[in-house]
Amino acid sequence: MKRSNAPVFWLLFGAGGMLCALLGTVLVFITGIAVPLGWPLAADAMAYPRMLVLAQSVPGKGALFVVIALFAWHAAHRILHSLHDVGIQNGATAKLACYGGALAVTLITAAGLLRVGF
Amino acid sequence: MSRSEGAARAYVRPMRGWWRRNPFFIRYMVREATAVAVAVYAIVLTTGVVRLAQGEAAWNGWLEALRSPWSLLMHLVLLVAMIVHAKSWFEIMPKTMPMIFVGRRRLAAATITRTGWGATIVVSVALFALAFAFSR
Repeated sequence: MKRSNAPVFWLLFGAGGMLCALLGTVLVFITGIAVPLGWPLAADAMAYPRMLVLAQSVPGKGALFVVIALFAWHAAHRILHSLHDVGIQNGATAKLACYGGALAVTLITAAGLLRVGF
Repeated sequence: MSRSEGAARAYVRPMRGWWRRNPFFIRYMVREATAVAVAVYAIVLTTGVVRLAQGEAAWNGWLEALRSPWSLLMHLVLLVAMIVHAKSWFEIMPKTMPMIFVGRRRLAAATITRTGWGATIVVSVALFALAFAFSR
């Protein structure tokens, strides 16, 4: 019997969903609201030198990569199954669009983090 | 009457807009829509990583874009979606994880959900405090 690839996608979906439930809200609040408004965090909290140090450190790089990639794979898996609910067949095209999108986000993030340097 | 004509006349229940017919399904679709918010946020963050790698001017442009009213409004929607996601994730968790037994009694679903919420609150406060200390 051919081995199913479903557990791989399910694992990425599960890990991403848990990480998103734990971190999603606070991350959106920090990067999208608190820092842009300058309240309650300082407006320069995400200034270039600070973020460069974060992205150049190995733990910072790892955290950024894991968060972004897992969020993308989690969303891709769920969007794929929701497409079926609104009448779009869960075929090769839909799979390619969803998982391909997550793969693109993963590769672009990895490339960016490598380009930032160590 | 030919067979094909008969088949063409067979009643097919229309599926268009099925989820708008029942409040339970509307809630289901709202929950599913939070996946789009997660995807959007992943793209926002990826863009940030790319801009950071391109240098200071590019990074400052990304920060400036985050300050626009449209971005703030979008992040407000993303924030609500993230809370809905966390809520549904922890409500579904007792159904998806293996049963846990404490002594001879099965751990209650509400306990698992509350533990999840508790973990999110602890992690959120810790990360926010870290960001606060980091930015002083």
